Order: sequence, then structure tokens, then C-alpha cells
Amino acid sequence: MVDSFWQLFGRRIILIPPKIQHYIDLIVVLTQKELKVKYKSSFLGYLWSVGHPLAFAFVFFVAFKVVMRVEVEDYALFLIAGLFPWQWFSNSVNASPLAFLGNASIIKKVNFSRNLIPFTQVLQDMIHFVLAIPIIMLFLFIYRKAPSLSWLYGIPALLTIQFFMTFGVCLIVSSTNLFFRDLERLTTIFTTLLFYFTPIIYPERMVPEKYKTLINLNPLSPLMVNWRNLFLGGTLEAAYLAISLGYAMLAYLLGYWVYKKLSWKFAEVL
Amino acid sequence: MREPIITFDNVSKIYPLYHHLTGGYKNFLFHLPKWIKSLKNAKFEALRDISFEVHMGETFGIIGKNGAGKSTTLGLMAGVLKPTRGKVIVKGRISPLLELGAGFHHELTGRENILLNGVLMGLTRAEVSRKMSAIIEFSELGDFIDQPIRVYSSGMLARLGFSVVAHLDPEILLIDEVLAVGDMNFQKKCIDKMLGFKKGGVTMVFVSHSMPDIERICDRVMWIDNHSVKMVGTPKDVVLNYSKF
Repeated sequence: MVDSFWQLFGRRIILIPPKIQHYIDLIVVLTQKELKVKYKSSFLGYLWSVGHPLAFAFVFFVAFKVVMRVEVEDYALFLIAGLFPWQWFSNSVNASPLAFLGNASIIKKVNFSRNLIPFTQVLQDMIHFVLAIPIIMLFLFIYRKAPSLSWLYGIPALLTIQFFMTFGVCLIVSSTNLFFRDLERLTTIFTTLLFYFTPIIYPERMVPEKYKTLINLNPLSPLMVNWRNLFLGGTLEAAYLAISLGYAMLAYLLGYWVYKKLSWKFAEVL
Repeated sequence: MREPIITFDNVSKIYPLYHHLTGGYKNFLFHLPKWIKSLKNAKFEALRDISFEVHMGETFGIIGKNGAGKSTTLGLMAGVLKPTRGKVIVKGRISPLLELGAGFHHELTGRENILLNGVLMGLTRAEVSRKMSAIIEFSELGDFIDQPIRVYSSGMLARLGFSVVAHLDPEILLIDEVLAVGDMNFQKKCIDKMLGFKKGGVTMVFVSHSMPDIERICDRVMWIDNHSVKMVGTPKDVVLNYSKF
């Protein structure tokens, strides 16, 4: 299925100049590689990318709804709407330390745009997230709700913002990790901490008044809150959208700058 | 006089020896000044002030002991390394050096790796698809082509690698020690292919430890010793001196 999609995509752009065509082909081939490698040796394949956040949702549901009886409406749905986009971010970032390190043999031999490696990894995780949206819809139906028309522009907008934010972070981590290998361990700790500081398993209104201003200091908060609001009620908050867009641009520019500064040394340190 | 297609102009390459902050934080904090000093001083000079030219359509051999700087030279040509001093000028599309399975992914099949490798080396997907059957046929891998390459032997990997590069339509071809692992038959096939490239006017840079191969294929040979150029000349002269050395 993925194959035929790309073939269709490839055929339509036959009139594109060769250089850009090659660039697109590189992205396609590298993404295909990521997808194939991921599923090659696992029997359940796609189910794993959905199973992981679902299992988490189940754990949080038991802990907070069943045991601690937190007052949040439709808590299972609430969790899933936040955990899926989070999963994309954390999967990409946690994999990024090895993005360049794991492709040492190519980087040492071939001169190509190396930033395409983290780019395609983030793209691949994004595809998984998009493929998981039907699961969110399924839960909406279970809770007698329906997708909203605003998804049509809301999803692409948030996808773009999250893509550049994630890609920026991944560029920083994957480039720096070549010179400072401890980053690999730090990254998982960092994403775990960030997860609990982001309103995903709790709504932002439950955050005590004196800490409320801190929420927007976390680049992921406005984005994740927007995702959840979009999935649950079809609404997008403009202020959050603007803030997360700002963070995304910042992360991307910073990431690109770090990458540019360090990339010429990659072949030396690998 | 043919025009130079690769020019090395007083090129030096110095690697800093990277320390990956080992030894723990206590150690790191206590010895910070010393550590910074060692960072500045720990350097390794892989190439010292080398200059040479490779001419259009020529087959240029590079020989020398392990660690003499041959691979660094190729890395500079391929553009994956930057010279510390001096200038490297390359005119034309370079097809990168191939080494056993560089850029291959062991979970993918031979066929999938051909696509991946071909595109990485500068072809579009359509071009690779068009050449796919020729590449597979040249590799003589038969049914193995649809097996993940982790089951391949090293000789089979070399076949796959060379087959891709042999079909790249290169302008400049960099070849780093690939023929050593293939069987006799395939080695001969590779040499034939390279002689074919030579006739077709492809510029080749060929690193090898096999003196017979060097003598058979190359027009000129450079001998790198102790990080600088020891000698450049006809294969016969250089190989003779090298073996006496």
C-alpha cells in the first residue's frame, strides 16, 4: 500500500527538474527504508505503533480514573487524543541520537544532504501518527462523538507545526550526540520529564494557579493542548497555535544552525 | 596536456582526536584545565601538504601502507571530509567510493538495497528501476537478490556493491579496495568492467593493495607514505620502488 502510494506520488511529479526530483526520491527511498526496516522482522507490524500508546492510555486510565478517580470527562478518550501526537514527538526524539550514528557507513562514504536522515525519521513517525488517527475516531464514536470539519485544516496545520518542532529538536540531538555521546541517555530522561510537565494526562485547567504561567514555557504544551481540543471538540485556540508556531520556528532554525555548524565534521567523528 | 579533473593543492588534513568525555564527571571536573589543554594538542595529521592532479579520463592508482592516508585522500575527493589547509577541486560528478556494504541496510533485500544505494549515489528512482535488471544480472546473485542481505557472504556483498556502482554512469569513480573479497571470476569481471569504463573515458581513482591489479589498470600511480606523497609516476616505476621499499 505504501509502495503504490509513492509510485502514484512519483509519477505525478515527472516534470520536476532533476535535482529536486532526486531530492524527493532520496526522501522517498529513505522513508521507505525506515518503514520497511521497522516492520520487516515483526509479525504484528502496524499494530505495534498503535499498541504502545494504547497500553499507556490503559495504564493511566487505571491509575487515575479507576483508582484515584480524577474528575475528567471521557478520560479514556482524553488520554488517547493526547498520547498519540505525543508518541510521535517522543519516538522521533528518542530515536534521534542514533540518526547519524546508526548511518555511519553512508555518511563516511557518500556526500549527500545528511539532514535528510533525521528528516525521514520524523516523517516516518508522522506517517504512523496519521495512520493512528482512525483509532482516535473509533474512540470518538465509542463516546458518541464525531470528528469535526475543522479537522480538515486543523490537522494539517498542527502536523506542520509539530513536524518542524520535532525535526528541529532531532537535528540538535542527532548532531550533538556525535560529539557528546552521553546525550543518548539524557534524551530519554528529558522526554520522560517533559511528558509529565505537559498537560497530556491532566487538563491544563487542573494546574495550580501559581504554576499556570509556566505551562507556556514548555514548547510542547500549547501544541498538545491544541491537538486534544481539536480531536475532542474540533476547536483550535489561536493563541496556542501562534505560540507553538513560534516554538516550532525557533526549534527548526536552531536545529538547522547546529546541524550546519557541525555537519562537515560528521565523517571525522564517526 | 589533458585538463585536470581533480586537483589537490597543498592539502593537509588534521584530525583532532575527539575525547568522548569518558572517565566520569568527577574526573572531568578535577582535570578540566588539563583536559582542555589535551583537546587542543591532541591532533593527528593524516595528510601533510600533498599536491597532485588527476587528469580527465585517466585511471589513477593510489598505493601505500595501512594508515598512510589513502582513505583520507578518497574522503576528501568524495567531499565527505574538508581539508584543514589547502584546496581540493573536483570538476564533475563523483561516484563515491564503495566499500563492503557501505550504505546497505542488512534487513533489506538485495533489490531494495540497490534502490537505496543507487539513489544515495545520485540516481533518481526511475533511473535505478530502469537499470535494475542489468544490475541484478551483473551481480549474478540469482534468487538471493530477494533475500535480506544479512544472509549474504562478504563476497556477495561486494558483488552487490560493485554492481550498483558499475551502473551509475559515473564521471569520476572512486574505488577503495573492493576486489579483494570477490571470487576469481567476479574479480575478473570487475576488472573487465573497469577496463570498459576506461575505454569509455571515465576518470577512475583506484586504491588497492594488489600490485598486479594496479599495474594492469592504472595509467599513473601515486604512492603515499607517512602522510605525504612519496612518488607519482608510471605503474611500473612506482610499484617497483614500492616493493623494494
